[in-house]
Amino acid sequence: MALFSFFKKGDNKEKLNKGLEKTKESVFSRISRAIVGKSTVDDEVLDNLEEILITSDVGVETTLKIIDRIQERVAKDKYIGTSELNNILREEISQLLSENQTSEIEDFVIPNDKKPYVILVVGVNGVGKTTTIGKLAHQFKTNGYSVLLGAADTFRAAAVDQITIWSERVGVPIVSQGMNADPAAVAYDTIKSAIARESDVAIIDTAGRLHNKVNLMNELTKIRNVMQKLIPDAPHEVLLVLDASTGQNAIEQAKQFTAATQVNALALTKLDGTAKGGVVIGISDQFKVPVKYIGVGEKMEDLQVFNSKEFVDSLFN
Amino acid sequence: MFQNLSEKLDKAFKILKGQGHITEINVAETLKEVRKALLDADVSYKVAKDFTDEVRRKALGQNVLTAVSPGQLMVKIVHDELAELMGSTKSDINIQPNPTVILMAGLQGSGKTTFSAKLANFLHTKRSRRPLLVACDVYRPAAIDQIETLGEQIGVEVYSERENKNPAEIAQNAIKHAKKNGHNVVIVDTAGRLAIDDQMMDEISTMKEKLEPHEILFVVDAMTGQDAVNTAKAFNDRLDFTGVILSKMDGDTRGGSALTIKAIVNKPIKFVGLGEKMDAIDIFHPERMADRILGMGDIVSFVERAQEQYDEEEAKKLHKKIAKDQFNFNDFLAQIGQIKKMGNVKDLVGMIPGMSKAMKDVEIDEDAFKSVEAIIHSMTPDERENPAVLNGSRRKRIADGSGTSIQEVNRLIKQFDDTRKMMKMVATDKGALARKIRRR
Repeated sequence: MALFSFFKKGDNKEKLNKGLEKTKESVFSRISRAIVGKSTVDDEVLDNLEEILITSDVGVETTLKIIDRIQERVAKDKYIGTSELNNILREEISQLLSENQTSEIEDFVIPNDKKPYVILVVGVNGVGKTTTIGKLAHQFKTNGYSVLLGAADTFRAAAVDQITIWSERVGVPIVSQGMNADPAAVAYDTIKSAIARESDVAIIDTAGRLHNKVNLMNELTKIRNVMQKLIPDAPHEVLLVLDASTGQNAIEQAKQFTAATQVNALALTKLDGTAKGGVVIGISDQFKVPVKYIGVGEKMEDLQVFNSKEFVDSLFN
Repeated sequence: MFQNLSEKLDKAFKILKGQGHITEINVAETLKEVRKALLDADVSYKVAKDFTDEVRRKALGQNVLTAVSPGQLMVKIVHDELAELMGSTKSDINIQPNPTVILMAGLQGSGKTTFSAKLANFLHTKRSRRPLLVACDVYRPAAIDQIETLGEQIGVEVYSERENKNPAEIAQNAIKHAKKNGHNVVIVDTAGRLAIDDQMMDEISTMKEKLEPHEILFVVDAMTGQDAVNTAKAFNDRLDFTGVILSKMDGDTRGGSALTIKAIVNKPIKFVGLGEKMDAIDIFHPERMADRILGMGDIVSFVERAQEQYDEEEAKKLHKKIAKDQFNFNDFLAQIGQIKKMGNVKDLVGMIPGMSKAMKDVEIDEDAFKSVEAIIHSMTPDERENPAVLNGSRRKRIADGSGTSIQEVNRLIKQFDDTRKMMKMVATDKGALARKIRRR
């Protein structure tokens, strides 16, 4: 665990490590097992590698891409010992992730010139949008920002109550028009109120919706358009929340939500379970939107800024 | 999404076409594609491997008996094997004992609360039971409010104890309450939990011991990936659940996790969740699921999707209009809206058996309706209602207004006239149409 000191935020790191322990253990122990007693990278090792990546939800396409890259290097370097495989794998995956990870995201910092900074949170049902918003609000508040929440999930039973409880827990104000109100109107109100209160951040919750429901996706586009009447470049961040245990359908979700709302950030939740988190690699590779946040627990503090280096290290250390 | 898998399997089977015999070599190539397709559908790695191994064994064995059309034979073997794996018969819920206690379990966000309410509604309206919903999620903010709201919507009583943080105790009290008040089914909703959270898993094990439920239903999101193996196994080891519920099946996921779960824990899938409305629940049809995973077309789902968007009142009005030859451009526009509401045209086409294969190289332009709509929107209200007034100068104006050409406007008007004539014929010859449908 000598690597620990390497990370400036030992605390966060520990939590991510703990959250990813399951991933780490299985992936790492299986790679070790795959290469035990071998001195070169042969087909069997690559086959095992394929299994490991696929069972981590990396997806067939991305897995093949990683394996191709490794094979290329094996061919180029002529002789690669299995002890080097770990390093190569780590490098290749970091690269896939960083290709689209324009720059490492700073810890819950928002640009100074956008006030209020408007975040629209979208996703399918049950991925953890509202919980992520609660955690996000907490992090921003801890960093000294004034936060305003908008309860635009006016559809699911008691959704407004749920986010209201979060707003009380975190201690931030909330704009709500109760259940069954027009979500676009709630979003409009929230931004208007954020301008009046001079809030730093406005975070707007929306109802979960499956990405193949045309009318519901159109509703999101409408919410987005209404915001622009008050702030032309709002929402500054459209955060798509994805459940880490979702399989290849996550890619389709990312595609459809982007078509409707121009998603520009992803949050990956429930990484503290047995879900491998490999879906991040698949999405980062096939989809050009950076992963910004990860959820690693149920507590208010259990939301972290995604760091591709730390993520890959946690996976293979 | 549908397209993808059937396309891949089609490709895989094509490798076999033109070959007289099933040999190790051509089977290996085919099965590699089958396996890849299954993995893309989120079937677990191991299950996909076992499945293809089994198909290989059967394929090679059968080759000796029937050497005809190996491609078709492979399709049949793959399909049969998949259908068998999915479970060959439908499985219903056990609601005999009085009161029947049903315990729900699953990960966070899998849809337990929504499903609990749907099940209560189903048993209440379709099976004439008197269910009681029990709110045992004492952790998530507003979870109790959620189930109470749903209970109110469907007219089913909800038992809750807002101050009590012991779910087992709440459920035990609820059963007493049910006995006293003549409820014959008790549905216990619980908090979402991760399989590796020992404390929470202990909690639900304790609930199982104390309540001795007749059914323990494991709710799983149909979009779950490879993790379905671990989760289903962990929950089954602790709870030995009696059935599985697949939620969010109205999405476009191929639901490979259903296959995984069936193969790993061998428990029947009892219901599927198909939407957010309280009646969006269906008994699980294994053969439909096998077809859906295989991309052999899901005609039933296609019809259901169409019905979902179909407004009967509107249709009746329209029918009258057609019969009286009053069908106009406003109606035409409304029709386009209806079609668009049904979703992605390619997805829909993919549900029709045989069509996904036929259409795989055809690019369907999702914006095909755009210019049609633009043209109609450029007409005056009077022109839309009385297409007969559309003379040359009007057509020119419409073309300019909609950014199209006179030719396009002419084509649309011609199409519209043809459609109208055809519709009128069909509408007035109702008997003939009905006969035609019956014969199918």
